[in-house]
Amino acid sequence: MSTQPDGTVHEPVPHLPSLGERIASAWDSDVAYSFRNSPVAVGAAVVLAVCLAGALFAPWLAPHNPFDLKTLNLLDALAPPVWQDGGKPGFLLGTDDQGRDVLSAIMFGARISLLVGLASVALAVVMGVSLGLLAGYAGGKIDAFIMRVADVQLSFPAILIALLIDGVARAALPRDAHGEVALLVLVLAIGVSNWVQYARTVRGSTMVEKNKEYIQAARVIGVSPWGIMRRHLLPNVLGPVLVLATINIATAILTEATLSFLGVGVPPTQPSLGTLIRVGNDFLFSGEWWITIFPGAALVIMVLSINLLGDWLRDALNPKLR
Amino acid sequence: MLAFVLRRVLQSGIVMLVVAFIAFGLFNFVGDPVAFMLGQDATQEERVRLRGELGLDQPFYVQFSRFAGNALKGEFGVSLRQGRPVSTLLKERLPATIELALAAALLALFVGIPLGVYTALRRQSWLSHVLLAGSLVGVSLPSFLIGILLILIFAVYLGWLPSFGRGDVTPLGWWTTGLVTASGLKSLILPAITLSLFQLTLIMRLVRAEMLEVLRTDYVKFARARGLTDRAIHFGHALRNTLVPVITITGLQLGAIIAFAIITETVFQWPGMGLLFIQAVNFADIPVMAAYLFFIALVFVTINLIVDLLYYAVDPRLRIERNAAAGH
Repeated sequence: MSTQPDGTVHEPVPHLPSLGERIASAWDSDVAYSFRNSPVAVGAAVVLAVCLAGALFAPWLAPHNPFDLKTLNLLDALAPPVWQDGGKPGFLLGTDDQGRDVLSAIMFGARISLLVGLASVALAVVMGVSLGLLAGYAGGKIDAFIMRVADVQLSFPAILIALLIDGVARAALPRDAHGEVALLVLVLAIGVSNWVQYARTVRGSTMVEKNKEYIQAARVIGVSPWGIMRRHLLPNVLGPVLVLATINIATAILTEATLSFLGVGVPPTQPSLGTLIRVGNDFLFSGEWWITIFPGAALVIMVLSINLLGDWLRDALNPKLR
Repeated sequence: MLAFVLRRVLQSGIVMLVVAFIAFGLFNFVGDPVAFMLGQDATQEERVRLRGELGLDQPFYVQFSRFAGNALKGEFGVSLRQGRPVSTLLKERLPATIELALAAALLALFVGIPLGVYTALRRQSWLSHVLLAGSLVGVSLPSFLIGILLILIFAVYLGWLPSFGRGDVTPLGWWTTGLVTASGLKSLILPAITLSLFQLTLIMRLVRAEMLEVLRTDYVKFARARGLTDRAIHFGHALRNTLVPVITITGLQLGAIIAFAIITETVFQWPGMGLLFIQAVNFADIPVMAAYLFFIALVFVTINLIVDLLYYAVDPRLRIERNAAAGH
């Protein structure tokens, strides 16, 4: 009972653990133990960490800046990877038609892909959790309406919904504004297309939680419905959502790549991995395979490691499997 | 029974109405097709005249009721980009998408089921492990990358198969088929594989899980005790009982296959409705977008309705629950 966040029932905390003790206890916890003993999880985490570092520190780590037009040289264009005949030193994975280094373009592209993936999952979580809490706590007509909308949306594939929102937004905006707001539109489209599963999960656990004594107690002492939802229900229904969100980051990144590949996502001036694959696709037939295959490989490696890590996390946090 | 069917049909009708409203309402409020068609340097008179010709100067509800009425007749106006009736465009593109989707669904079924049976029966063999690991990689591979890889291998390096288009097509009335010419069949191979791969892994995993479940049941143990051959048990008893959910899922996935054909059609420049839709999104071609949306919603709503009604017919528990609920 000491952990209730409302502060009404609490015991004095005798000893605050120091940082070292906290790290030690985290290291000894069940989750950390299961992580250390799963080679797949450790491997995926290492690969993902390398990808994240490469993407986050791209401006400092990348060998070239693909967007700095002054450093581009057309004489470097269409060079194959260094280990092939005609490869140029300094361009590890070759160059594209404008002399941009493919490796640097991938690092900068992964930044955009990750940014859109994380932001759209965040949007989907915020939207799904709020609507799920509202539906579960309010019940009645509000619940029926929200869940009916969710059912209808769930009967269509998420990518179709994202494509639709994207298409509508593009038609609504003036043509020359596409580039500036393309990222926002993408985040909106992917986020809105994915809120349903969070709403369903949260609604289910809210309906269980709201009949428990601590919620009734809070209601009796006059906490407002908004306060109950935010301070009492939310912390108790958030667990499963976080696991779901981890796995969904991979899906969101793939959706972004697909939309960009279809030409309705990120503009070529600010390419994500999907845009790079789309642009490189035009050179496939003239034999310049590296322009499209390397961004594709980077995308798959990133998504696969997130998926493996998410699968592990789901199993590790599921007490039934222990 | 009748009340349930009627309520379910009514729900589907409401969904279609909402979709029609979104399709029309949003697409009609957003963007300015007139400015897009005439370009920057058109005079004011030209704009007004075109606006009148397209009926864009009338109030919203008039335009919507006209749209809904026309949609029921299959008429969606004229494509802003191509200047041809949308119904004609869709009719031209429909055969390509349907043939591709059916080929992919059949491929997924006829490869996925045997693989699922194999991985369930030979759980410890190395091939089963490879297949299961492969299916995990397959889920992480977006379908456009699979398409690109197939093109690179089979079209660019080996030169065995064409990488775009439908090949030679033969008209059959208003339908055109690519299934009777050699070039048409060759063109179908790569897109069908690309489109089917995701469903194939899904079916494989589903069949495997269901088979493992059924093989643990008592009637399989009894069949073994009676001395039936492994073959008779596996295929006569186990597989037959796993097929009902598999076929249901495949039916439900047919809509998803048609929707995902958008991506495959873009990779292979397959002249189907998905490619038409993507081009429409790129050019803000509102009537084509609206018509495609309406069509795909109709496909999904119809499939879901049929599956729900079939469940109701097949599963007596649903009927009892409803009767009990009605009695109270």
